[in-house]
Order: sequence, then C-alpha cells, then structure tokens
Amino acid sequence: MASLRDTLSRTRNSVFSRIQTALGQSDITDETWEELEMLLLQADVGATTTEGLITRLRERARADGIVRADALRGALKRELKALLLSHPATHSFASNRMLEVIMMIGVNGSGKTTSIAKLCKLYKQRGRKVLLAAADTFRAAAVDQLQVWGERNGVDVITGPQAVDPGAVTHDAVMAAFARKADLLIVDTAGRLHTKHNLMQELVKIKNVLQRTVHEAPHQTLIVIDAANGQNAIAQAKGFAQAVGVTGAILTKLDGTPKGGVAFSIVSDLGIPILFVGTGEKIDDIEPFDADAFVEDLFEA
Amino acid sequence: MFEGLSEKLQAVFDRLGRRGVLSEADVDVALREVRLALLEADVNFKVVKDFLARVRVRAIGAEVHKSLTPGQAVIKIVHDELLTTLGEGGKLDLGGPAPRVVMLVGLQGSGKTTTAAKLALRLRSAGRKPLLVAADTYRPAAITQLEQLGRQLSITVHSESASVPPPVICQNAITRAIQGAFDVVILDTAGRLQIDDKMMAEIEDVRQRTKPCETLLIADAMTGQEAVNIADAFNKRVGLTGLILTKVDGDARGGAAISMRAVTGVPIKFLATGEKPDAFEPFHPDRLASRILGMGDVMTLIEKAQVEFDEKETLRTAERMMTAKFDLEDFLGQLRQIKKMGPIGDLLKMIPGFNQISKDLTPEMTEGQMKRTEAIISSMTRDERRDPNLLNASRKRRVARGSGVDVQDVNELLKQFKQAQTMMKQLSSNPRLRNMLKRP
Repeated sequence: MASLRDTLSRTRNSVFSRIQTALGQSDITDETWEELEMLLLQADVGATTTEGLITRLRERARADGIVRADALRGALKRELKALLLSHPATHSFASNRMLEVIMMIGVNGSGKTTSIAKLCKLYKQRGRKVLLAAADTFRAAAVDQLQVWGERNGVDVITGPQAVDPGAVTHDAVMAAFARKADLLIVDTAGRLHTKHNLMQELVKIKNVLQRTVHEAPHQTLIVIDAANGQNAIAQAKGFAQAVGVTGAILTKLDGTPKGGVAFSIVSDLGIPILFVGTGEKIDDIEPFDADAFVEDLFEA
Repeated sequence: MFEGLSEKLQAVFDRLGRRGVLSEADVDVALREVRLALLEADVNFKVVKDFLARVRVRAIGAEVHKSLTPGQAVIKIVHDELLTTLGEGGKLDLGGPAPRVVMLVGLQGSGKTTTAAKLALRLRSAGRKPLLVAADTYRPAAITQLEQLGRQLSITVHSESASVPPPVICQNAITRAIQGAFDVVILDTAGRLQIDDKMMAEIEDVRQRTKPCETLLIADAMTGQEAVNIADAFNKRVGLTGLILTKVDGDARGGAAISMRAVTGVPIKFLATGEKPDAFEPFHPDRLASRILGMGDVMTLIEKAQVEFDEKETLRTAERMMTAKFDLEDFLGQLRQIKKMGPIGDLLKMIPGFNQISKDLTPEMTEGQMKRTEAIISSMTRDERRDPNLLNASRKRRVARGSGVDVQDVNELLKQFKQAQTMMKQLSSNPRLRNMLKRP
C-alpha cells in the first residue's frame, strides 16, 4: 500500500494531521469537538455522517471516561473503520465462469474509460482473456478513446457505429466474447446523470441484453465515482443502484483531491463496498481498496 | 439542482413561520439548519461560516421586526446574502482587436471539451466566427472528440499531432485565426490537477503565448469541499476571468458554485445544462438564489417557451382557439411544441411550489400520457382530426389498434378534447379575454 500511502499523504497533511493536532496532548474541550467536526467536513465526510460520528464519539468519551484529546484518536479510528467494514469488499480476479461480465457505470467525466483500461491490465496480468465492449455510443470519440486503451493493453475492443443502440453493441460484444473464447467482458457505458430517466432506462436495457445472453450476467456492476465529488456522489450511487444494482465502487482521481471522505457514507449508508481506488492518469495508477489501511493511512504522521 | 437545499430551507422556515416573534435563539436554530443544508449542498465549510455570520448579523435586530412574518424576513435575508455571494452573472468580454482568445481550464472530466463546443455554437449564433483549438494532447482521443464535435456543428477545429506541445498548437492556432479571419479562438486545454506543477506551468505558458482575454474555469456542479482549492489554485496561476458550472442538469445542489465564487471573486458566466450542444445558459444569480429558496424558476421556463415555441404557429393556434375552430390537429401541434421544450419533469420543476407536488408526479407518467395521446391522434386520418365527429365505432377501433391502446382510451381522449373545446367556446365569447389573448 506504499503508493496509496503517498497518495493519501496530502489528505493527511492537510486534514488528518490536523486531526492529530486537534486531538493532541490536551483536555477535551468544546473547541476540540468543533475542530474535529470541521476537519471531517472538509474531507467531504458529509454533515450527517460527521454529526453521527461526533455524537458516537462523545458518548464513548463519556462512557469510557476519556478526558484527554489524544485518547479520542483510537476511538475515532475505530468508528471510521467500522463504517468501512460494515460492508467489506469481496472481490476476486479469478472466476470459474465461462464468461464473466463486468458492467461499468457512472456519471459523465467520472473516469469510467480510464478505469476500464486500468482494470483491463490488472485482469490481463492475472491470465484472464479480456474483451472490451465500447457501449458508449453517445459521446463523441468515446469509442476511439477506448480503442486507444485497448491497443495499449493488447486487448480487442468491440465497437459499433456512433449513435447505434448501445444494447446492440453489447449484444455483438457478448457474441464476439463467446466466439473468441474470452473469459472476461468489460462493458464501457456512456456517462449519464442518475437523474435522467431515459438514460437510466437505456442502462437497464444494456443489463437486460447481458442477462439474456450470459448466465447470471452482469456478474459485477461497478460504479465509478470521482473522489472530488461531494455529497452528490451518494445520490449518484443511490440512483444507479436503484436502476441496475451496483456491486461495488471505484473511487477515482484520489491523487489530487485529498478527499475520499464520501467513501464512508457510500459504504455504510448504501452498502456499496469500495473495490478500487484510481490514483492517477497512468495505466498502473490503480489499487485495491483496503479499508484498514485507508483509515490507518489517514492517521499516519 | 438546488431542489434538495430549497426543501430543507423551506422546512426550517415553515417551523419559524408558526412562531410569533423571532428571538436570537430562534435565529440560531434556523441558522443551524441552514448551515447543515449548505454543508450537505457541498458549500465549503469556511464559506458557510462567513455566510452565516453575515446572515446572523442582519437577522438579529430591527430588520426582522419590520417584516410581516419572521420566517419571511429570514428567507429574504438568506436570499439577499445568497445573491450577494453568487454575484452578478458575468458576460463574456470579447471586445478589442480580433482574434479574441478564450482559454478553458479545469480538472479532468469537468466537461471542457463539450463546453468548448457549446460555447463555440453560442458565439456563432451571436454572429462571431469561432475557431476551436484541440490543445489536449494527453487524454486518448480528446483531439478526435473535438474534431467530431466540430464536424457535427460545422465549426472549424484547429488540431495538430498529439506530439506537438500544447502551447505551440495554441500559438499556431492564433496565426491561423488571423489568416482565416476567425474572430474568437477557443482553447480546449487538457484536464489537469491544480497541484500538478508541471501541467500548471504548461497553461501558464499557453497563457503567455496567446494572451487570452477570457480564462474560464470549467467546474463540475457536483464538486465537493475541494472546490475552493481548485478555484483558488487556478486563479492564482492563470488569473481566472469567469466560471462555467457544468452538469447542472443533475441533482447536485451545486454548493461548489457558491464556494468558488466566494474564493475567487470572479463571476459565474454560464451554466451547462445537458449533453446536447445547445444545453447552455447564461447564469442568473437571482434565478439560482430563488431556486435555492424553493421559489421556482419561472424566468427560465418562460425563456425556454419563447425559444422553442414557434411564434407563428402559436399565433395561428391562438387565432383558431378564438374562433373555436381548434381541432385535434392543432392539439397535436401544441403537444409537439411542449415536447420540444424538454423533459416534462424538468419543466414542472421550474414552476413555483411544484417542488413538493412533482415528487408524486413522475415524469414517466406525464411523459407516457403525452406519448399515448400523440400516438392516438397520429393514428387518425386528417379528416378525422379536423372533425372528430366522424369517428364512429369502427373508426375508433382502427385508431385504437393503430396506436396500441384500447377503444376506451380513444373515447377518453375525445371526451377530454370536447370539454376543452367547450371551454374555449366560452372563453372566446368573453370579449375581455379575447382582447387579452390578441395582445401577445
């Protein structure tokens, strides 16, 4: 987890190291609580979750007779970990299915195509035969973008003409996956706002195509979330989950935005585990999400 | 996008409204709720703190007592402060010798390329001759994306190989603009993180070489607390002249707009409100503030109607309504005009007070009903549309089969239409109404 540690070092320096300062060698005062609240808010933890955390921490402090601010540190860590571990990630690169299907979804500009490229490489390294489906037939040059990544990964990309029904491309891709004996198909869908009913219906259609053609597909439906997003990320996850179901999340752009605080709500409130974090623009800038390390790292000096 | 916030504030003020006189304690209770709402709306916590301090000073004291109800007074103060914080909507400053350069900057995935195309389209409609410049050589197929958008909109795109450094591409584009008599050059730069020093140095270089008169930060309406750091860093490095907020058509409460405006002091110039190239609107602080407070957005609705409604067609229909000659063909025309204005759910949300109602009224329902009505009328012959009395049982069965509904649905539509017709007859016999309708 060394590089995730680097990535999060900014978070630590700007926010959580200040938590340590706040929880330093002094008695707990009203200011301690205020400072703590402010720091959690700044990390995009969100007002409701923050309030809940502070309340539980206050109770614990009272019950355990904690009077010194630094003793709160361990308690806060435990609370944060508990949130993330309420729905732990269960992800495996291996599958005994003839064809495993992953559907990638998310709002516009969250980083779906880049995340697919990164995932593609991870799976390929583990000996999987990967095929990509370019089902974003809406955005200009989205297909070209996926094709470039496909070439770089040495993986075939199934495409259709622009503006064609994405369900049709998906169907073609499944047929191609069977024909070429691929064991993993990753479907790239167009970015869409979760509030657009028609576009969400289109996503349902893509899912239906997969369900009809591959047993129990899609086996993973991964939502890609921009870590720079604030509380709307929760609404996104909720909207997509309602439409097509979500099995996990990828938190992207965690390299510059020392935030990720929204992860606590996504996991604990919505029950969607974070599977990976995207830490940069390069193809290797992806890491499996480790809840324990995530919280530990936030507190490392 | 601000619906969530407006609902919360509404709830707070409802509670206030039931009380008599507003005390300092009342204000603090209200402001606590306002604080929570603003934080959940992703307004930066520092900005929230300053904002509430200003509201508090104004709320406790004389101003409150002068007004009718305490709730209204607080709404007004919050509204006014929101207006002050959001500032005036800025216009593009494109005066001076051509070509004028507009540089678009922002993080990855904020929507720069789509916005570049939208801006070019808007400027062309305003009589300018824009040149789009593909200066993102990093993201795979970013150049192709702008080229494709340019082709779709028939707007010239200057692009070079991805191996040419972006500052050079931009400089070449200026030369080309002068030769080709383009009067606005729009630079679509690559997405970059504000902390990426090398990449930030690159846009400084672009800026020095091209001397943009407008440097616009393209920001995602969904951005969280980081918004202040993003806006601040870009402003310090390249000197922003304005903001464009994108993906405003979602349900993000868009507190980022308030944060970024507060930290940079530069105006918000446009809102990007959809994926289509014309989903682009000037920013109106009063409308946004009203929307935050749940007062609806009637101005946008009226403007939408003005743009989309064919004036001649509307006049003709009004004329026919007057003379009670309104038939099913006119009705179909009206239906299609309304459909052009966009998803009905979006339209309903703009109507004041509809926020609460529209939750129960799903867009699918109304949209589905409109579709069915359109299908039924489309299945009629022209004669039948002009004279619905022709529709006997056999004809009705045919129409029902043609539009995939039951005869019952056809009857229901005809009944409603007859009622409307009767109403119009009554209206048109009222001379005062006649005059009102004739004076659009």
